[in-house]
Amino acid sequence: MISLQNIEKVYRTNTVETLALNSISLNIAKGEFLSIMGPSGCGKSTLLNIMGLLDAPSKGNIKIADQTTDKLNDKQLANFRNQKLGFIFQSYHLINDLAVLDNVELPLLYRSSVSAKERRQLATEALEKVGLANRVKHFPNQLSGGQKQRVAIARAIVGRPEIILADEPTGNLDSAMGNEIMDILMKLNQNDGTTIVMVTHDENMAHKTHRLVRLFDGSQVQ
Amino acid sequence: MLKNYFKIAIAVLRRRKFFTFISLFGISFTLTILLVLTAFIDKVVGDSYPDKKRDRSLYVSRIQLSYKDGRSSGPSSYYFLDHYVRTLKTPVKMAISSGFSGTNTYVNNKKIAVNYKYTNAEYWDVMEYEFTEGKAFTRQQTDNADKVAVISEDMKREYFGDVSSVVGKLIEADNVKYRVTGVVKNVPITTYMLYSDIYLPYTVAKTDFRKDKGYQGGFFGVLLANSSADLPKMHDEFEDMVKRLPLPSKDVLKIYCHADTYIRSYVDTGDETNSGVTIALTAISIFTLLVMLLPTLNLVNINITRIMERSSEIGVRKAFGASSRTLVYQFIVENIILTLLGGLIGVVLSVIALQVLNGANLIPNLVLTLNFTVLGIGLLICFFFGLLSGVYPAWRMSKLNVVTALKAQ
Repeated sequence: MISLQNIEKVYRTNTVETLALNSISLNIAKGEFLSIMGPSGCGKSTLLNIMGLLDAPSKGNIKIADQTTDKLNDKQLANFRNQKLGFIFQSYHLINDLAVLDNVELPLLYRSSVSAKERRQLATEALEKVGLANRVKHFPNQLSGGQKQRVAIARAIVGRPEIILADEPTGNLDSAMGNEIMDILMKLNQNDGTTIVMVTHDENMAHKTHRLVRLFDGSQVQ
Repeated sequence: MLKNYFKIAIAVLRRRKFFTFISLFGISFTLTILLVLTAFIDKVVGDSYPDKKRDRSLYVSRIQLSYKDGRSSGPSSYYFLDHYVRTLKTPVKMAISSGFSGTNTYVNNKKIAVNYKYTNAEYWDVMEYEFTEGKAFTRQQTDNADKVAVISEDMKREYFGDVSSVVGKLIEADNVKYRVTGVVKNVPITTYMLYSDIYLPYTVAKTDFRKDKGYQGGFFGVLLANSSADLPKMHDEFEDMVKRLPLPSKDVLKIYCHADTYIRSYVDTGDETNSGVTIALTAISIFTLLVMLLPTLNLVNINITRIMERSSEIGVRKAFGASSRTLVYQFIVENIILTLLGGLIGVVLSVIALQVLNGANLIPNLVLTLNFTVLGIGLLICFFFGLLSGVYPAWRMSKLNVVTALKAQ
């Protein structure tokens, strides 16, 4: 599903050159639930951003869902992300000015084929899946951390993407809430066959996934 | 999509109340100034009462004598109009009238300021004043130097009070009594060639204008052609006549005088190499540009801050499939909503400002109204503002890297 070949990422300033990722090659199969671990600053999030086409590698090739992505322009990239990928962030990144339902609808806004009525329906279904159907009219600042992350999951799955990229989805939550979120992700993987790549600091969470990849100083060590 | 943009635009406006206030104040205040100004220009240039035949008239408002070390510019003399301009073949009629002069008169020991002007009899044929009662003085009355007068509605009310008819009654101005022949609707003072409170035959003046043979005096001429198609011909004939004018003295090097359309005559100085139109248009353009530029720059600045505060939202939208172009569109739409809201407030403020201005009666008889043209211009200006102040911030923001945008929270 995701194929990374010799990925390198270098950050350059006027005086310093930092190698964030060093020759990473990774194949992730369809339906796989993979976790990425490593100390802070080892390049986990950078790798996830590159997989999510939010950032471009300095070297190497990426293939997602059988498509090479290095030649895509801004519009094609946006469209590709919209159709194939869903994102979950550690700090939720909900839009505070929009109600829960409007937040969840967001990815569908960029699909001209989906009518307003369908958007409502799909967003409501996604919220039902994460157990928040009764919170549609609430605003993010009226929700707890766990609820916010569930809204973020609903937003990530509403467009039925094949891949979900989760950057420390339980990082800001206590263990009970974290387990709830992990359960939802595992169900998505098992029931819908969604491929999930998750960055985490939590060994327990990582061990629940199919495979664990460890990074250290930008290189893959496991 | 638009509904979503609208929702978020309103939410952002409510969230950042101070920014919203600054933005809305900037837009509405500027728009109010522009709308009042346009209403004024619209009234001065667009109002065709009482010279309803503007499309076939040319105006002689100034004559300029150029000397070796200076120039003298002002209205022409009665003699110039009657003796030289009268010889032209194309005009079918010519209205001659003096500029208005002020005097005081007393009614029941109450002082009334009165403006009066002199006209020829043809003036009343060329102009289409609306008479609320009576009629204009005739050619015969003019030739006989009868002491008769046409007065304005305001003058009637002020001098005679609330009476139904004043035709035949006497009105005193400059210690002379005149018999009223008619009452006309008011003309605003901005139509300075035609405005007055009292209109008198030029023959009743204490000085005989016909005897002063200089070119300069205190009179305006309006030449009426048979049709608008004759205007170029009439214009050329006038120019030829001016070229042939004998120079009044050795000191005079050249005479400049034109028969121009109404708007041109308003700003012309006489010397075409130093055209008043160009000066006036440049001045208005620079003024408008400055008036618009400051709030636009202010808005651009505020918008950049406002939009950059939302970088997390930009990152999320990009991650979930918004292209840079879509985001530019969203932020421009939001900005247009903001400016249109400011525009709406501006229109309300303009209506209030115009009412206050009209109520204060700063310029006699000038009633400014917010008409549809002005409103249209206002909305267009708003739209322009929205685009101008939204495009750059939106473009800058859309170029934001997703990862950087998401980290910015």
